[in-house]
Amino acid sequence: MQKCGVFGVNVPDDGAFWVPAKDNKSTTFRVGKAATMKRIVSTLALGAALGFSATAALAQAPSTLRNIQNKGFVQCGVSQGLAGFSQPDSAGNWTGLDVDFCRALAAAIFNDPSKVRFSPLSAKDRFTALQSGEVDVLSRNSTWTIQRDTSLGLNFAGINYYDGQGFLVRKSLNVKSARELSGASVCVQTGTTTELNVADFFRANNLKYEPVVFATADETIKAYDSGRCDVFTTDASGLYAERVKLAKPDDHVVLPEIISKEPLGPVVRHGDDQWFDLVKWTHFAMITAEELNITKANLDQMLQSTNPEIRRVLGVEGNFGEALGLSRDWVVRIVRHVGNYAEIFDRNVGPSTRLGISRGLNALWTKGGLQYAPPIR
Amino acid sequence: MTTSFTRSDLLLPLPPPASLVGPWGWARANLFSSPLQALLTLVGGYIAVLAIWTFVDFTVIRAVWTGADRDACLDDKVGRSVGACWPFVWAKFGQFMYGFYPVEERWRVNLTYGAAIALLVPLLIPSVPQKPLNAVLFFGAFPILAFNLLYGGSIINPWLSVGGWLAILGGLALVAGYLMSRVEGPPNVVFLQWGGAAIAVGTLLLLLVRTGLFADPALPIVETRQWGGLLVTLVVATTGIVAALPIGVALALGRRSKMPIIRLLSVAVIELVRGVPLITVLFFATYMLPLFLERSPDAMVRVLVGVSVFSGAYMAETIRGGLQAIPKGQFEGAMALGLNYPRMMSLIVMPQALKLVIPGIVNAFIGLFKDTTLVSIVAIFDLLGGIRAGFTDPQWASPVTLYTGFAFAGIIYFAFCYFMSRYSIFVENRLNTGRRR
Repeated sequence: MQKCGVFGVNVPDDGAFWVPAKDNKSTTFRVGKAATMKRIVSTLALGAALGFSATAALAQAPSTLRNIQNKGFVQCGVSQGLAGFSQPDSAGNWTGLDVDFCRALAAAIFNDPSKVRFSPLSAKDRFTALQSGEVDVLSRNSTWTIQRDTSLGLNFAGINYYDGQGFLVRKSLNVKSARELSGASVCVQTGTTTELNVADFFRANNLKYEPVVFATADETIKAYDSGRCDVFTTDASGLYAERVKLAKPDDHVVLPEIISKEPLGPVVRHGDDQWFDLVKWTHFAMITAEELNITKANLDQMLQSTNPEIRRVLGVEGNFGEALGLSRDWVVRIVRHVGNYAEIFDRNVGPSTRLGISRGLNALWTKGGLQYAPPIR
Repeated sequence: MTTSFTRSDLLLPLPPPASLVGPWGWARANLFSSPLQALLTLVGGYIAVLAIWTFVDFTVIRAVWTGADRDACLDDKVGRSVGACWPFVWAKFGQFMYGFYPVEERWRVNLTYGAAIALLVPLLIPSVPQKPLNAVLFFGAFPILAFNLLYGGSIINPWLSVGGWLAILGGLALVAGYLMSRVEGPPNVVFLQWGGAAIAVGTLLLLLVRTGLFADPALPIVETRQWGGLLVTLVVATTGIVAALPIGVALALGRRSKMPIIRLLSVAVIELVRGVPLITVLFFATYMLPLFLERSPDAMVRVLVGVSVFSGAYMAETIRGGLQAIPKGQFEGAMALGLNYPRMMSLIVMPQALKLVIPGIVNAFIGLFKDTTLVSIVAIFDLLGGIRAGFTDPQWASPVTLYTGFAFAGIIYFAFCYFMSRYSIFVENRLNTGRRR
């Protein structure tokens, strides 16, 4: 079923009615009579609901991959600036974990990580942009929730960063755990899940607190820095990014408690399973590459490897890329141009960067983390 | 014997008392004329000095001027309380000015600015001759030149296309004139001949574009998606400002027209557009329009159209205010002279009406210039959007980065708005000879 997200109307879509004839001539005639009838009825219903306009929009929907190959680049929605995840550097190049995921997609499709264009989207209009086809994939630190996955008509293609909400306090408070925060004033950004999570946490633990709310992240951290409140809270990745904006970062400490689940990952529209698979397996390929210790540096040696698993992943044996609509060396392309998951993580947010985030939950499952990829076979 | 003394000439006037002249006298008369005045002066003076001192102290005295990264702007590292972190602005300067415009192509933006200044400055100075030629160059040729430079692609084709379409439109107008002349009397065949020729030439020019004969010489294409920073602010603001006036005049006249359909349409457009926030217009143009159209125009074009219509609708009401202020006698006098509607409007009414509403027009322009920051909600980074994105860079994240960025944005916006405001006062004084006090 094809779902036209904004209007929430369901339309059957096997590629027949909605595909321009030249693209998919054969399927147009393969459709059975009953199915045709059903299509006509729903077409009429749709026409009545939306007018002539929607058919034009749906006509573009079917193959995102073919569309991308025709236009020659991946259109990728990123944030308007989030340290370590997607931000323009001084020369105007986008960098970050989310950005590198888009580059990996471009590398897999075109063997060229530069064939990607970025749309900086605000939190408000990110999903609308994806639904309307302005972007092919949204890689913008978006939390996977049931509401977004179902009623917004989106598919989350994996989790490339396990985040969770944490607390930042002054060392001078001598607090070792969030459970000691009773009576504290908490600086929090309004209108976010963060605000709700704090309320839940303090109520569940029978603690008192005083929320001090602000409209933007910048205001919130400024208020905390100037002493308006005792605690600053946001997603843990954000805590590290905001901490470097403080006058004396070393006087502040992130508490160990993580009070919410914020699984972040790339998102695609409903209605194109091939594209969904491709995005999903691009993520898995990077995890698998790390698991098998295939890196940018040792890629050429690995291609000579006798290990059957490595040979399968790198396309020396078998041809799994073709099923995704790609070439057989798709993983080689991803690793050669962008790297495996560990390389991307370390480069953008890892301990050697200014953010200095440790792997934690994002370590491989073999190393006590949650990053796990189904086998490529 | 006493002789009475009669003064034969007047005494020389004494100088005014010391308390009334000089700076002290001026201050007494203007600043301390009563206890209340004195109090207000002291309070106002204190606030002014405090504000100016704070600003100068932050941006100049305590500022850091050079550095490689955030360490240069941290109190601990520098050993004193740090003000503005200017190296952050220097490092991001290209980003703030050009956005993602490719570094090796930025000369094109500078050249466009140069051409704009070279054409605009003589247009703004009344004593420079050749105004009509200058106006044609600025409003006619400059947009095509700017498109050539900023967007790129074939250098010749845009000129041919615009020329072709103009010729076809002109030709159609002439043919219409011929048809009208047939109704009124003997048909004017010259119109038909010239009209036909113009249409033929226009079609030929468009065909030439189609053949791709002039695809070279060409500049590399820089898509509007890569534009950003002050460039976007200026492109959006200039387009909005230039388009607002004609759209506004047309809608204002339409709203006062006696023809019901035109009046209704004008009212509908004005009220509909004014009744919706600019953000909604931009959001709809950017994300909803592609759902309805098979091939939607470029994102920047959609934004420009949205901003133009929006500013035009506001401008219409400003201009209508001016039209209301023109006494009926002016209209009647013009008609008594035998002027037709276009002449009455262009020679008698509009010059007076526009002169009256200069403050309102400039007010709208300044508002529009600052409203351009709203384009950042539709994935276009204008000056403010670029600066905000710069805040997130951990290399420059410091307690003062935020204030520095906003101070820089404030200085740039103020410079442009203050220039517009001063120029409007200059124009007002020049035109206001009849009402000057």
